[in-house]
Amino acid sequence: MTVVTVTDRELQPKDYASDQEVRWCPGCGDYAILKAVQKALADIGAPRERTVFVSGIGCAARFPYYISTYGFHTIHGRAPTIATGIKLANPELDVWVVTGDGDALSIGGNHLLHVLRRNVDLQLVLFNNEIYGLTKGQYSPTSRRGTRSPSTPLGSVENPVSACQVALGAGARFVARSVDTSMAHLVGVLERAHAHRGASFVEVFQNCVVFNDGVFDNFTAKEIAPEAQLPVEHGKPLLFGKSRDKGLRLVPGKLELEVVPATAPDILVHDERNRALAQLLTGLEPPAFPVALGVLYCDPAPAFEAEVHAQARAAGLGTDPASLDGLLRSGQTWTVA
Amino acid sequence: MATSTPPRPSHPREAVESVVIRFAGDSGDGMQVTGSQFTVETALAGNDLATFPDFPAEIRAPAGTTFGVSAFQIRFGTADVLTAGDAVDVLVAMNPAALKVELRDLKPSGTIVVDTGAFTERNLAKAGFPTNPLQDGSLAKYRLLPFDITKLTTDAVKEFGLGTKEAHRCRNMWALGLMLWMYGREREATLGWLQKKFVKRPDVAAANVAALNAGHAFGETAEMAEHVVGYTVAPARFSPGVYRTVSGTEALAWGLIAGMRAAGLSRMIFSGYPITPASALLHTLANLKAFGVLTFQAEDEIAAIGAAIGAAYAGALGVTSSSGPGIALKTEMLGLAIATELPIVLVDSQRAGPSTGMPTKTEQSDLFQAVLGRNADSPLAVIAPRTAGDCFPMGVEAVRLATKYMTPVIVLSDTYLAHAAEPWRIPEERDLTRFPVRFRTDPTDFHPFLRDAETLARPWALPGTPGLEHRIGGIEKDFDTGHISYDPGNHHRMTQTRAAKIAGIARDIPPQDVALGEERGAVAVVGWGSTFGAIHEAVRRARGDGLAVSHIHVRYLSPFPSNLGELLRRFERVLVPELNNGQLVQLLRAAYLVDAKGFNKIAGKPFHVAELGAAIREHAK
Repeated sequence: MTVVTVTDRELQPKDYASDQEVRWCPGCGDYAILKAVQKALADIGAPRERTVFVSGIGCAARFPYYISTYGFHTIHGRAPTIATGIKLANPELDVWVVTGDGDALSIGGNHLLHVLRRNVDLQLVLFNNEIYGLTKGQYSPTSRRGTRSPSTPLGSVENPVSACQVALGAGARFVARSVDTSMAHLVGVLERAHAHRGASFVEVFQNCVVFNDGVFDNFTAKEIAPEAQLPVEHGKPLLFGKSRDKGLRLVPGKLELEVVPATAPDILVHDERNRALAQLLTGLEPPAFPVALGVLYCDPAPAFEAEVHAQARAAGLGTDPASLDGLLRSGQTWTVA
Repeated sequence: MATSTPPRPSHPREAVESVVIRFAGDSGDGMQVTGSQFTVETALAGNDLATFPDFPAEIRAPAGTTFGVSAFQIRFGTADVLTAGDAVDVLVAMNPAALKVELRDLKPSGTIVVDTGAFTERNLAKAGFPTNPLQDGSLAKYRLLPFDITKLTTDAVKEFGLGTKEAHRCRNMWALGLMLWMYGREREATLGWLQKKFVKRPDVAAANVAALNAGHAFGETAEMAEHVVGYTVAPARFSPGVYRTVSGTEALAWGLIAGMRAAGLSRMIFSGYPITPASALLHTLANLKAFGVLTFQAEDEIAAIGAAIGAAYAGALGVTSSSGPGIALKTEMLGLAIATELPIVLVDSQRAGPSTGMPTKTEQSDLFQAVLGRNADSPLAVIAPRTAGDCFPMGVEAVRLATKYMTPVIVLSDTYLAHAAEPWRIPEERDLTRFPVRFRTDPTDFHPFLRDAETLARPWALPGTPGLEHRIGGIEKDFDTGHISYDPGNHHRMTQTRAAKIAGIARDIPPQDVALGEERGAVAVVGWGSTFGAIHEAVRRARGDGLAVSHIHVRYLSPFPSNLGELLRRFERVLVPELNNGQLVQLLRAAYLVDAKGFNKIAGKPFHVAELGAAIREHAK
């Protein structure tokens, strides 16, 4: 392995590329996400030696091999558990978890719930392609009803789970969404996620060219994207459309959103600290509504490992080394001469 | 023989060598604390001792039922006490159900102390007694001491104005007081403990003290039934030093901390998920944050070991703990720790299985799981402490092997070891051998699977170290570069290297010794884990009867000590008693082609010395 130490210049995106040959299918959305992450790392100026990418199993989980930081490719669904151990052992490390829809929402659903609930300070990026790619195309927990796959030849009869709604339900304090092909938007979202203290949850709609090609075309295809996407920004009105001619407001007297002309009164202004609004935004689905993208929710709270370490310090850790001999002699002892 | 309290002139105390007492009552009657306090006072009186707490899985089974009976057995004496005893000398039964369940272990002519106040028609019916055994003559062969402990306690605590329920809760202290008197024990430690425990309820503290004193005074008083006799048990001969009682759980917790310090590590991440009987270790370590221990109650067993692996990856001592079914859940993660060669310690407090089995009952049936129970060729180190006190050095040893060989180490404890207490000579930290870890910092020619020529261990290279950025994972690695590799020959080589690394540990552990007897002879009785005391005593008795029997106790189960096979071959027969259906016996047969025979008990209870003795005699024929 070649060691490149860069000290006298700022790191460029290419400095975050490892020497390993990338082995995703040609045209896979993962390439774009890899590029966006490398760009975000460069923008942030992330020190490579203090950055750790942890992944589970699946196409997305190969990600750490392609980044020149520290990386740990673990087992299916369990990356959040290992990331939690890393942060407990060394809170100074900057930890990213890379996962997929099957990894995070099926086999690892329990760990996703708890890493978000605990608010471990890390970035969790979920590549959602609504399919199991690495095992050759079975339907996944985010696949829509009717998805035909090798294991559902007549179409899936299961309802899909919403990644962002799961995250909000689990108590995540940062929930954001982007699209693999929207490079600038994705980089911005990743940088926001990194700046957030606590668990940051980012869902990236990622196209699987082999097993689920075009599954997001209903809102990502170039010609319809402006009409089908709602980019949200804190403090800005919820407007969309090619000429930003449509907006969202609450249906009077109901906890429901409706699409109205941008000129209508009561267009909602995005407040990323408003959990109830985030719930509504994550529930918007085409064709009736645009897909909400960007930082949907951000309301920081103390990070888990920081509180654990604070408790330990309060209990005496870090002052004089505690006496083992004293511990062994605590309680009733007697001496035999 | 000397005694710590002056004997009553009218009733001189009888001297006895050793005694077995079992306290039994409802799971809400406080039998475990009663037994624990009796243990402390007995230790302070200088006796050797062994305890056996035996309680149901149900936290509060319906009162008065046989399945809700909780018991605590202690054996103490003047000479070596290695087990809690086969048969009971004194049974303290707080209700009919306790009498019903525990009577079968009482010696003929043994003593029964009962609370007659609890022998109501309703309680008798619940326990399944058609007639009152205290009156129908069925207990004639025992020495029956029937006292209305309920009433005597209620009277003693009257002045503190407790409700009936709270007053009745002091019954156990009355019984403890009587038993402390009976064996000439002091009460000071218990009085101090009560004041501390009930610091927020001075009335409850005072009532418990009053009940304890009342029970003690009851033994002293003249109008006591004259067949209540006091006893003396002379102190045992211990080698000089400072002593305490210790349970396996405490000793293991402290041993892990001692190991962490000996390794020069500043941080232990201990992660667990609640499971009986392993949770006690989590609880113990949760109070030791000042020593650099951060405990983490994970969302499940897998997350618990995941966090330990993550912690090890980041440079802390990663420890996780569970019991059989939980260990099964951790299996895939163990494979990851083996593949990535990260040092973690996994403590398995074995219990009766399969599946939920009998969660509060002891068994040694996870040996196969520990040594063999993973997919693929996935060797790791397995060690097993043999007594509560041995959990301390074996905790240290687990850390040494894990960090020196960059491998997961499984420590096989069990329900019995976790709870059992014994006197323990406290070691000094300065006497512990240090084995400082060296983290890799030099980027020159670094790759993550470079190996130490002697140990075959890979370097421990921590995130945060400039120039050592690397990727590891569960995918096979190239021997020469550490990159992922699907090369057939490389996989063969890596599999054999992982095996050779673990096998090489045999050169770095003490050779197998003979715990008792000669290094050759007619029968080698080979045990492992918590059966040490029972086997030792049985072998001692057999040798006393003139049999050429030796006791060998294996503490290193993977790899075995390098001389074990040769040692076993020096005996005509090999007998392997285990609390399982035959696991070590198969491993020994497979490893050494010795014709070892098993002797197996799968009852959720420790061996009795007598049943082992019979098996040894049978084998020595």
